[in-house]
Amino acid sequence: MTIKPPVEDFATDWDHTDPQWVADPYPIWEDLRERCPVAHTDRYGGGWFPVTHAGVSAIAKDTENFTSRSVVIGNGRPTEEDPPAPIGLAPPITSDPPFHQIARRLVLPALAPGPVHALEPQVRALCVRLLDALGNREEINAGSEFTQFIPVAVIRQMLGFPEADEDLFREFVHVVLEAVDLPEEERIEAFAPIEEYFIRQIEDHQANPANDLTSYLLDAEIGGQKLALEHVFGTMILTLVAGIDTSWSAIASSLWHLSTHPDDLARLVNEPELMPVAIEEFLRFYAPVTMARLVKHDMDYLGCPMKQDDWILLGFPAANRDPDVFVDADKFIIDRAENRHVAFGLGIHRCAGSNLARLELRVALEEFIKRYPRFELVDADAVTWAQGQVRGARNLPFRILK
Amino acid sequence: MKVTIDADICQGQGRCFSIAPNIFDFDDLGNGVVIGDGVLNSETMESARLAQLNCPEHAIFIEE
Repeated sequence: MTIKPPVEDFATDWDHTDPQWVADPYPIWEDLRERCPVAHTDRYGGGWFPVTHAGVSAIAKDTENFTSRSVVIGNGRPTEEDPPAPIGLAPPITSDPPFHQIARRLVLPALAPGPVHALEPQVRALCVRLLDALGNREEINAGSEFTQFIPVAVIRQMLGFPEADEDLFREFVHVVLEAVDLPEEERIEAFAPIEEYFIRQIEDHQANPANDLTSYLLDAEIGGQKLALEHVFGTMILTLVAGIDTSWSAIASSLWHLSTHPDDLARLVNEPELMPVAIEEFLRFYAPVTMARLVKHDMDYLGCPMKQDDWILLGFPAANRDPDVFVDADKFIIDRAENRHVAFGLGIHRCAGSNLARLELRVALEEFIKRYPRFELVDADAVTWAQGQVRGARNLPFRILK
Repeated sequence: MKVTIDADICQGQGRCFSIAPNIFDFDDLGNGVVIGDGVLNSETMESARLAQLNCPEHAIFIEE
């Protein structure tokens, strides 16, 4: 880990891996929203962070001036050796129009509400199995013993990878999403085992096709041609990385909320019909994901002198707390009826897995509160939060109440 | 009164067919579609409005 100087002022020197930001970013964003709608940093080679809903929305929908070629901020930029725009490393998330739409249409049918709803019994059985394994203990860790296993198992089955490899996936996700402040050479080195693993899985699926996403991608065609192996590889990596940390974080942060807000827990237990609106408020208030873009060319944008290859950190979670768009934006209102949150992004890159994420979040919460209608946090100081562009509770020591 | 979804704006956020499954459905890609002719009555008006107020992309339109 590199030692970095602490942030003095987030308006001119923001860093999304700064301990203060990781622990509690909301007061920082609120302060920035009042002082400057777009914050700047020289870190990571230069970048901008819009904090208002209007700013986030404008950039998210503007594919003329911003590219998705890299969506995770790091110390480097995509090089000549990386797959070129508009395809990028992990289609469709790293793709720009017009290729983006082609790559996205390949994966959307598998993640549409119909096929996703069909997974509900299997997700529910998984949650019940995890809860059964906790037995009658009075103290549990809802992070390390429950939430972290759910998306890993779901995505692993979707890709058709061996069950024994689930621990590996969490390490991969950590490398891609959390270890972003490593020096570029170390980061490339850390990627090597991931690449090897995926290539092995592709070879295995080529030899033994199965009814899973990996085989589907290997069999898929664009304009009568099979997908390039780099495309298959990139979409598999995307599925694994974007499908795990994200839902894990959403479930964990929601449980953290319920452990610290007994009134909301009681309402959810007593009024199960509230669950669909509550899910949207959990997503608004604890939106886990921020996404990056790169500036395509030098320009003045939202009053900022942006330079080509500057990063943009799209603060969807910050947009979700903009008082210009949400009444009592800084309050969690479990039955908020009007909730245009942007937890899954805006525009053409709307999270392709949003239906799956909602399913996992709903079923995990339903089963957890059914098993434990009353629980509380044992030690507030022991709670940890994932750093990087996906934020969520990790260590969650709970006491089960009678 | 008639409700429509602008297919060029809709990104499949999935709010409309969850809130008002009697008015909205989804296609193979998961984008929202209006069931039937979209003509609203006093009973369906309220849920159509609620869906409109929850669409992050502002893709739902209600004509007077």
